[in-house]
Amino acid sequence: MYQFKFQKAKSVAEAFAGLGKDGDAKLLAGGQSLIAAMKLRLSQPSTLIDLGDIAELRQIKVETGTVTIGAMTTHATVAASAEVNKALPALAMLAGSIGDRQVRNQGTIGGSIANNDPAADYPAACLGLGATIATNKRKISADAFFKGMYETALEAGEIITSVSFAIPKRAAYVKFKNPASRFAIVGVLVADFGSSARVAVTGAGPGVFRIAEMEKALVAKFAPESVANIKVPAEGLNSDLHAQADYRAHLITVLAQRAVIAALK
Amino acid sequence: MTKFAIGQTVHRLEDPTLLQGKGCYTDDLRPQGAAHAFVLRSPHAHVLIRGIDTTAARKAPGVIAVLTGADAKADDLGTMPCIVPVKNHDGTPRGETPRPVLALDRARHVGDPVALVVAETYHAARDAAELIEVDYEPLPAVADVYGAAQPGAPLVWPEIKQNIVADLHLGSKEAADAAFARAAHISKIELVQNRLVANPMEPRAAFAEYDPETDRSTLHTSSQSVALLRAHIGDIVLKIGDKLRVRSGNVGGAFGMKAMMHPEQPMIVWASRRLKRAVRWTGDRSEGFLTDVQGRDHKVFAELALDKDGKFLAVRATVYAGMGAYLSQFAPMIPQSVHSMMPSVYAFEAAHLHLIETVTNTVPVDAYRGAGRPEGIYVTERLIDIAARELKIAPDELRRRNFIKPSQFPYTTAAGLVYDSGDFEGLQAKALKEADWAGFPARKAASEARGKLRGIGLTMYVERCGGAAPPDSVALKVNKDRVLVLPGTVDNGQGHMTVLKQMVSEYLGVDMEKIDVSQGDSDANPFGLTGGSRFAVVTGTAAGIAAKEVVDKGMEQAAKMLEAAAADIEYGDGDYKVKGTDRKATLFDVASAAGGIEALHIKNTGALTFPNGCHIVEVEIDPQTGVTRLDRYTIVDDFGRALNPMLLLGQVHGGTVQGIGQALLEHAVYDNESAQLLTGSFMDYAMPRADDVPSFHTTFHHTPCTTNPLGVKGAGEAGSVGAPPAIINAIVDVLHAKKGIKHIDMPATREKVWRALNG
Ligand SMILES: Cc1cc2nc3c(=O)[nH]c(=O)nc-3n(C[C@H](O)[C@H](O)[C@H](O)COP(=O)(O)OP(=O)(O)OC[C@H]3O[C@@H](n4cnc5c(N)ncnc54)[C@H](O)[C@@H]3O)c2cc1C
Repeated sequence: MYQFKFQKAKSVAEAFAGLGKDGDAKLLAGGQSLIAAMKLRLSQPSTLIDLGDIAELRQIKVETGTVTIGAMTTHATVAASAEVNKALPALAMLAGSIGDRQVRNQGTIGGSIANNDPAADYPAACLGLGATIATNKRKISADAFFKGMYETALEAGEIITSVSFAIPKRAAYVKFKNPASRFAIVGVLVADFGSSARVAVTGAGPGVFRIAEMEKALVAKFAPESVANIKVPAEGLNSDLHAQADYRAHLITVLAQRAVIAALK
Repeated sequence: MTKFAIGQTVHRLEDPTLLQGKGCYTDDLRPQGAAHAFVLRSPHAHVLIRGIDTTAARKAPGVIAVLTGADAKADDLGTMPCIVPVKNHDGTPRGETPRPVLALDRARHVGDPVALVVAETYHAARDAAELIEVDYEPLPAVADVYGAAQPGAPLVWPEIKQNIVADLHLGSKEAADAAFARAAHISKIELVQNRLVANPMEPRAAFAEYDPETDRSTLHTSSQSVALLRAHIGDIVLKIGDKLRVRSGNVGGAFGMKAMMHPEQPMIVWASRRLKRAVRWTGDRSEGFLTDVQGRDHKVFAELALDKDGKFLAVRATVYAGMGAYLSQFAPMIPQSVHSMMPSVYAFEAAHLHLIETVTNTVPVDAYRGAGRPEGIYVTERLIDIAARELKIAPDELRRRNFIKPSQFPYTTAAGLVYDSGDFEGLQAKALKEADWAGFPARKAASEARGKLRGIGLTMYVERCGGAAPPDSVALKVNKDRVLVLPGTVDNGQGHMTVLKQMVSEYLGVDMEKIDVSQGDSDANPFGLTGGSRFAVVTGTAAGIAAKEVVDKGMEQAAKMLEAAAADIEYGDGDYKVKGTDRKATLFDVASAAGGIEALHIKNTGALTFPNGCHIVEVEIDPQTGVTRLDRYTIVDDFGRALNPMLLLGQVHGGTVQGIGQALLEHAVYDNESAQLLTGSFMDYAMPRADDVPSFHTTFHHTPCTTNPLGVKGAGEAGSVGAPPAIINAIVDVLHAKKGIKHIDMPATREKVWRALNG
């Protein structure tokens, strides 16, 4: 780690002001990505602005048709929330599949989607559940938010405050974990909104993406056989030590079917 | 009888301390005023070092010193020793790979130490290290153990032709060739022994203190042998002899890796002596991946010869064994055990190994749990399954036809080892029953009904434990109310203290509460080395000899006190008693009167022991994803006798989990062009976790060992020997049935299994 200054923000406005004053300052949420990068000396912020004391960023709200999670809500809180488990069990289950206990107790939804790791789970939830990401400046639809590997629509000084998920008729997330890191080699979230459906895939490509052909088939009939024969091209998918692109492509179809089965249960 | 004699389950006495975080590991020693060291390492696998400019680093805030290989040379430091001589088959000695503690003009693997920065804080040292300018000239590199031995491969050492540092034959080639010429059937395999990283929970660490009064240094370091380190660092590298004291406190796992001296240990003592100041260094996980000696790394071509009745005639192999960039302390010896274990538990006429040891631009390789024995057993037990399939003989039946029989002990194997005991046929029969081998077809049908594929795999194993000079010893001291045991071995988490107290309690008839164990101080403890599953056998026996010596030494004093002739006194239950009377004196009374009794110079080389057993595994494979689940896991072991059944099971489970790691998950993967380690963190290197591991069904089929008075056989590595062949045999059972596939290499990852099923 290099030397840095540390500041605890009392409000989003104060955090925003801090970012404005120092171009090399960074927000600190759960630190599960940022601190690790700093320890490896891959990241060198001049100041860390800790969002941990801002209570309004930790709220969970369930309203008609939406579940809204404050940016600083930890994965463990979402996984254990009775309200989320009732309104949108797929989301609670997804949060519970992240990392290990320590990571879930520290890591936050805001940090996760701001980071946009190509193998992270929450981006699949955002895209698959048609989420809206609220910042201190505006509201951004998930479809416009994720821009590929570690890239998002966030501008300098923009702070995520909450994420609102649309509640579908049913949904499920199936994750094929990397045996080493436990991130997703492939994760597929399917959601049935009645007149529409969403299929979002994480882990497989440089960023989270949807599969229009599967969505169309699922609107016609929300059943595993609807997606069973839809092959995903391997081109453009990730190939690494843990899985070649063709294996990932194959897994997408397998997991999509399993997700549909799980959603129907 | 004392309360907790040998053979009883005594809960680990170590646990209350360790589980409450009250243990003391090397990194817990943080005295005020100690300086911090950071090692700058080569980011390249193979480079010439044209120059090192440390000017800016020396001036950086908080920096005390910046040392390089040139300084070490100026101070006349010796090189890191490899203590194993090897004679090539042409009579020449093996190649030499002299390794300075800091690279001089060449770095040969990523992580090779290039400079040492000592500063007031760790961060100051690390910041300063970034200011060091090294003029590197990259050279071509090679990482693949087999590729390195091919003509035209980049040379790790210009002095070593084709990177072959040793080339030898073990066993009679003529006898094996003759048997193969007569064979009715020959089965073949080509396989890889995947390279592994030890990854103990506690990383390597070194902390050196200097006493100007005596000019002595004390090195605190996580290790398996303070005596070996004292000798190698003190006598060979730093040439300060007894001016070095080495101590180990609690050790959080070692697995063979911490038996070896690593460059940082002499480096930190040297820096501390130059600066006349305490200096500390603790490696982080990344450094562990890049610099801890690794395990395995073989490329193997092997064959099994059988006669027309399925009788084994001979086994032979050509093994390319990776040594890494430098020969580590014991490295060239480790793969030689492949030969000694190749006959496994079977009657062979001949066993021959052509061993080619190669250097590559990778971290040195040395002993890792099992150290050559898993590699040898894997070759033969894989070949047997292949032969069984080719000859359409059931794998258990083929093994049964070839077991060494109980009536044949002592039995000299085709590799020249003398097995003392065992009941391999009886043990296999018990394992088949415990595993419900006969019920497998029904379970297979049930799996298939759920869309899953089920396979079963069996292996026998045996390993050579204990023995091997130098001897382990134990010193024993009795005063007026306590017994002090000083073993030469160092506990790495096994529970040595508990078992040693149990043993000495029984030997002397003294309650465990009155016994203290003190380990890990080269000034106080006699010689010893934790490794090779030696503790129970070698240290345990030495403790017995020491106890007898203590009792004998007290006899004269007891005779005086009891006013009887020594010949009329017997010892038992902690008392000297006059035979046929109720007159007695306790050991402590006698010791008190004698001003203490000591047995200090016990030596026990320890004859070899041959633990053996059978692992039977059932896997369930998801054909759509290649996910392989270990559904049933049965182990039957012959350890001669259990000293503490609970701790024994702990060893079996731990070893087996490491074997599961090797079979399914773990792999140190190097890029073959750049020789960069691609799996350099837990993000990419998969360790086995609780949810990767089934519940083990474990029983014993002990036959007492005849080569030591305790009757025990080594148990620490057994699981790591049995698991890999059993698991791969089970997976190949599926792959062969579905696709006619003969072999799959470790680690049998999900993707590999999926490709095998869908290729
Ligand atoms: C061992 C391990 C395993 C893991 N496994 C998984 C897994 O299986 N699945 C998974 O999805 N993730 C996994 N993670 C990542 C984890 O979910 C992290 O919590 C997450 O990536 C980052 O969240 P954080 O709260 O820790 O953010 P930080 O690390 O604190 O911050 C990450 C980045 O986001 C920025 N940021 C934080 N909050 C905001 C905000 N409100 N507005 C704008 N920018 C912000 C920070 O400035 C920083 O750049 C794992 C991490 C570890 C260490």
